[in-house]
Amino acid sequence: MKAVLLLEDGLCVEGAAFGAEVETIGEVVFNTAMSGYQEILTDPSYRGQIVCMTYPLIGNYGITAHDKESGCVQVEGFIVKERSRIVSNWQAQQGLDEYLKEHKVVGIENIDTRMITKRLREKGAMKGVIATGEYKLKRLKEKLKASPSIIGRDLVKTVTCTEMYEWTEGLEYRGASEVSEKTKTVVVIDCGVKFSILRNLKEQFNRVIVAPARISFPELITLKPDAVVISNGPGDPEPVRYVISLAREIIEKLRRKELSVGLMGICLGHQIIGLAFGGRAEKLKFGHHGGNHPVKDHATGQIDITSQNHNFIVPEYTLPQDELVPTHVNLYDRTLEGLRHKTLPIVSVQFHPEAGPGPFDARYIFEKFKKMVDSLG
Amino acid sequence: MPKRDDLEKILIIGAGPIIISQACEFDYSGAQACKALTQEGYKVVLLNSNPATIMTDPEFADATYIEPITVEILEKIIIREKPQACLPTLGGQTALNVAFEASKKGVFKKHNVQLIGASEEVIARAEDRELFKETMHKAGIELPRSKTVYTLKEAEDILEDIGLPCVIRPAFTLGGTGGGIAYNKEEFRELVTRGLDLSLIREVLIEESLLGWKEFELEVMRDKNDNVVIICSIENFDPMGIHTGDSITVAPAQTLTDVQYQKMRTATIKTMRAIGVETGGSNVQFAINPKDGRMVIIEMNPRVSRSSALASKATGFPIAKIAAKLAIGYTLDEIPNDITGETPASFEPALDYCVVKIPRFTFEKFPGADPTLTTSMKSVGEVMAIGRTFKEALQKGIRALEIGACGLYSSLSRQEPYPVSAETRDKIKEYLIVPNEKRLFYIADAFRGGFMLDEICELTKIDAWFLQNIKDIVDLEKTLVHAKKLSADLLGKAKQYGFSDKYLAGLRSVPEKKINDLRKKYKVQATYKLVDTCAAEFYARTPYYYSTYETECEVRPSKKRKVMILGGGPNRIGQGIEFDYCCVHAAFSLREEDIEVIMVNCNPETVSTDYDTSDKLYFEPITLEDVMNIVRKEKPWGVILQFGGQTPLNLALGLEQEGVNILGTKAKHIDRAEDRDKFRTMLDKLGLKQPPSAIARTIKDARGLAAKLGYPVLVRPSYVLGGRAMEIVYDSESLERFVHNALVSSMNQTILIDRFLEDAIEVDVDVIGDGHAFVIGGILEHIEEAGIHSGDSAMCLPTFSLSEEMLHQIKEASYALARELYIVGLMNIQFAVKDNNLYVIEVNPRASRTVPFISKAVGVPLAKLAAKVMSGKTLEEIGFVKEVIPPYRCIKESVFPFNRFHGVDIILGPEMRSTGEVMGIDSDFGRAYLKSQIAASQLLPKQGKVFISVKDKDKPAIVAIAKRLEKLGFEILSTEGTSAKLNEEGLKVTVLPKLAETRPNILDYIKNRDVQLIINTPSGRIPRKDEVTIRSAAVLYNIPVVTTVAGAVASATAIEMLHKEELQVKSIQDYHREIKK
Repeated sequence: MKAVLLLEDGLCVEGAAFGAEVETIGEVVFNTAMSGYQEILTDPSYRGQIVCMTYPLIGNYGITAHDKESGCVQVEGFIVKERSRIVSNWQAQQGLDEYLKEHKVVGIENIDTRMITKRLREKGAMKGVIATGEYKLKRLKEKLKASPSIIGRDLVKTVTCTEMYEWTEGLEYRGASEVSEKTKTVVVIDCGVKFSILRNLKEQFNRVIVAPARISFPELITLKPDAVVISNGPGDPEPVRYVISLAREIIEKLRRKELSVGLMGICLGHQIIGLAFGGRAEKLKFGHHGGNHPVKDHATGQIDITSQNHNFIVPEYTLPQDELVPTHVNLYDRTLEGLRHKTLPIVSVQFHPEAGPGPFDARYIFEKFKKMVDSLG
Repeated sequence: MPKRDDLEKILIIGAGPIIISQACEFDYSGAQACKALTQEGYKVVLLNSNPATIMTDPEFADATYIEPITVEILEKIIIREKPQACLPTLGGQTALNVAFEASKKGVFKKHNVQLIGASEEVIARAEDRELFKETMHKAGIELPRSKTVYTLKEAEDILEDIGLPCVIRPAFTLGGTGGGIAYNKEEFRELVTRGLDLSLIREVLIEESLLGWKEFELEVMRDKNDNVVIICSIENFDPMGIHTGDSITVAPAQTLTDVQYQKMRTATIKTMRAIGVETGGSNVQFAINPKDGRMVIIEMNPRVSRSSALASKATGFPIAKIAAKLAIGYTLDEIPNDITGETPASFEPALDYCVVKIPRFTFEKFPGADPTLTTSMKSVGEVMAIGRTFKEALQKGIRALEIGACGLYSSLSRQEPYPVSAETRDKIKEYLIVPNEKRLFYIADAFRGGFMLDEICELTKIDAWFLQNIKDIVDLEKTLVHAKKLSADLLGKAKQYGFSDKYLAGLRSVPEKKINDLRKKYKVQATYKLVDTCAAEFYARTPYYYSTYETECEVRPSKKRKVMILGGGPNRIGQGIEFDYCCVHAAFSLREEDIEVIMVNCNPETVSTDYDTSDKLYFEPITLEDVMNIVRKEKPWGVILQFGGQTPLNLALGLEQEGVNILGTKAKHIDRAEDRDKFRTMLDKLGLKQPPSAIARTIKDARGLAAKLGYPVLVRPSYVLGGRAMEIVYDSESLERFVHNALVSSMNQTILIDRFLEDAIEVDVDVIGDGHAFVIGGILEHIEEAGIHSGDSAMCLPTFSLSEEMLHQIKEASYALARELYIVGLMNIQFAVKDNNLYVIEVNPRASRTVPFISKAVGVPLAKLAAKVMSGKTLEEIGFVKEVIPPYRCIKESVFPFNRFHGVDIILGPEMRSTGEVMGIDSDFGRAYLKSQIAASQLLPKQGKVFISVKDKDKPAIVAIAKRLEKLGFEILSTEGTSAKLNEEGLKVTVLPKLAETRPNILDYIKNRDVQLIINTPSGRIPRKDEVTIRSAAVLYNIPVVTTVAGAVASATAIEMLHKEELQVKSIQDYHREIKK
């Protein structure tokens, strides 16, 4: 079946539909990872977005039981050059087409994805709509115009869990790291957490409890956490006031020594911690989405190839320099990639140390976090 | 941290001659390294015996030693040049081996030279199987079950643990020489024995067979701060069991989930650290069991490799250049990514296209060689193709191969009903099961013939994903054949699938032009995309393009004066690095003239496909369609065809018909050199002689004509070009056999018969001309007598036996021919001198194989000058007006792949079989010849036993040689016939029995390494079986064999030199200074 992709700037390209035959709208972003489409599809941080894969051949190894990052497909739509007609891998359980159909998400193929990518690079991320079958361009244009911008929208509420739960799976299948004794409990504030973060945490902590993003500070304390992680999540951090407040409260209590927990933020969580310290969020032109961004650790000089997925950043100059120390920098565009509090047990990273998809280089972030938490006694 | 300032001078070791498993990729890496280090302000000293390389151009290093790559020579250079460091990781296994050996002997320590890139320990850990195993074990990386053995007995003892089939890998050899898979005990014993012999350290690894597992390779780089990045992942289309060099490979990996890939990536990084490669590039190979995902490491190379060249071209990331910079202390984040300009090299390239590499084989040159693909590499070249899909890249790659396939052609007859007969099925099955060069085409036929995907998968062990893509192509092919009309949509889809116009024309039974017209009508035109390392995430500055059929075209044609250079395509025997050398020179030269240079080529090993070489690079097949697509986009002022060998010349007619301005000698004059009749008319006009010749159409014809011309005659079917299928026949019986075979193989054939000038001296002349003025570049005298392909014989410059009078005649004839053909650019003439008569054998109005050698010998960059002339300059303007005759001797010797093709006779003939060449330079013939022999691994002994057995005709001539050898202390062994003659002349000879008679015979001497030199000239066109066995055994045991009297004379002279004094070394720059004096 025919499908069409219309971008905000008027570009309209036809391709073939796959997955569910539905109409969708979202911010179009490109991802440069060459493998890991299943992880990308299921990453809650993509809520509100249509993902265009720069690598042209997608679906080759199918969908597996191991590689989901959440319970469902999160992207609003999927743009590829060529979808594989076959799945070939000993772990494959189903094909991409079937999977998207099951999750009622539309895909469009036979698209010059490089052209789309160049356009997004030059003009910035923009909204787009995918429609299948016969379409009226005018109607689609109007629909696109009427749709809300990603800026200022709280997307976290659409992906956070409704109930608290405990996570039990570690990194068994992903090549576990060598870990000493695990006694501590970590509570993850679920802004749209990826399973890979939970798997990595389970490798370092005795208990991993996942809490809804709207959890109140008193509720959190009743869980007796040794550590709190504010997770990744979709969109703009500014409207997620409730998590920012929670972070502020934790920080305040840490300052007053009324609380002893280690606090870590990942991606959106990192931005939220930045905002809690008075920083400001800015939207990148087309974001960082891929698995090959070099990030340098200021302390060691070591460069890690990292997994990235964010449209917003908290610029270094907006942050209080007397309190926060930049720990990591992106070598592509020199943007801030990590923070450490000068005195309090607070760290955060903009990139994804859990990979999923992407290189395992930065897993040490979790080990370091555990050590920090352990040192708190 | 900036670069090291404690180093001033760095010695780089090159890879030596082109051989199977070591081709131009090491010129590419070496040239990049030289450039990078020079730019950083270091003095570069270079050792490489291969004159056909760009890296040995005098301006690429401060001192260039075109000398044999041995420890002794290396030490001499070190003493002379006093470098502080030596970089051995960019010259393939040759450089690594010589550095390792030198290090073990304490050469570097003694002279205070530091090995940079890889230390002795690192090389040992990666290369010594036992150490490697131990290291991987410690790092927690799984290996196949295996055991190292040093004797056949040990091997037999452990066979039970490992089981059959198993793999036998000798340690420290080139590209897996002598390795193999044993399916039964007999094969096992044979392979182990041979492996032990070939291994430099008599060590062989017996390994669990991973036959049919998936094979992957990762290219990795590490800097001194322990930053590690993966440049490229490569997945082999062919499963384990076929050497990576012989496998179709695909980048990036296609069938792994991210976690599976990341595990491999992590293991690669661990390996890099465990082996301890401090800086530079390496590659690591893995196998994965497709049933359960068990991953084992196969090997790691602590150096830049053939795959690194592929990875560099596939990603745009210049591995060798970066490796050189890392070796001198930079870290990855300090080096910018050339392509984006703004991002650092500390990243992992993201591809938004698919890359397919296909190996190029030349089994037709080695009749009798086993064409089964195994763990020992047999291909001589490769092509790379880029497409937006695997299907597109695969089909582009197929037509780039130049094997007469413009697509996935079928060997099935068109009339064959579907599904095919049981007989055909069995034939297809056989081709699917036993890996061979045509398997790809038989897979397509299997689909056409109704095989199921699972069945093909089971038979070939090739991943279903690849097979499905081939099925997609075959399915579309069916639609294309049966569609009533070739609609715009269908044509567009076909082009997206990579179908060539020519193949489509075949499917539709219309002329190719019709398809082209349809494409114009429907606007189905090629678009060009950039290779930019980053999948368009950043703006790319480097114009490196590939074609595809997409919505957007990214080419930005300039308004400058543009010249397009067509490269030579894949390396093969007869067309290799020499032509790439010429193309690169042309590019450099025209850029100096401020002309925009557009390079088109598809060989990833080359310097021409380095994005730095030209202003714009199109990585495309060299076919009329692909070239014309670019011409239409770029509209170049002119196109240069004469540097890329036969490949671009084949397009001359087509391009001219399209109105393309072909630079250089005019087509009508080229035609006068190539058309037999016109050529004869021209020679008659100039008063030049040609060996008498005739054309035969029947056996009867041939018999009569040959008798009239007089035996021996040189015969060849008219349809083959060059030396293919040429034979020298001495009697009517052989003539009839040859003619019969030729006529049977093709209808309407004619046979060309030339009088063969036996024992003539052959001469090669290269001339450069601007259309009005002409200068001889060099005159080369062949060392072997006529009858041996000019690409295979040894040559000397200046000439050594020709009279002044004859030289004068040669020059006059050369100038007359050049003038007559209005040569603009280069031209090569082959002469034969017999009984003081000069004959013209062949005229090629283009750059020849000898251009780089002559350029090095006379210190004049001929190809560069030729390009300038072609762009409109005169020879006078560029200041080349007089032939240069150097005051020293330069010998070109050829290198052969016989050790890859067991049982193939090594005697030389009119069919070219060498893969590469070396150069020996010294003050006199003996020394220069000796150097050339050492460089070609023909290790002439100083003393010992020499076995002499020659044909009757050679017996008188061999006496003098035997006497010289005896005087040098050699003990002479011989056969009955030859010894009679030698005894007659008073030589003391030990007579050995024929092979079938008693023992010990010569084979026993060979196996015991109790004979050091073999002089054995073939007894006739069909040599005796004994001879072939002896020569093959000698090759197997690395004992030098001389098969011509001329070669024996030269060898004796060289051995005398060995007794006189030690060889000395001198840089090419110093030699060239002697010319100027």
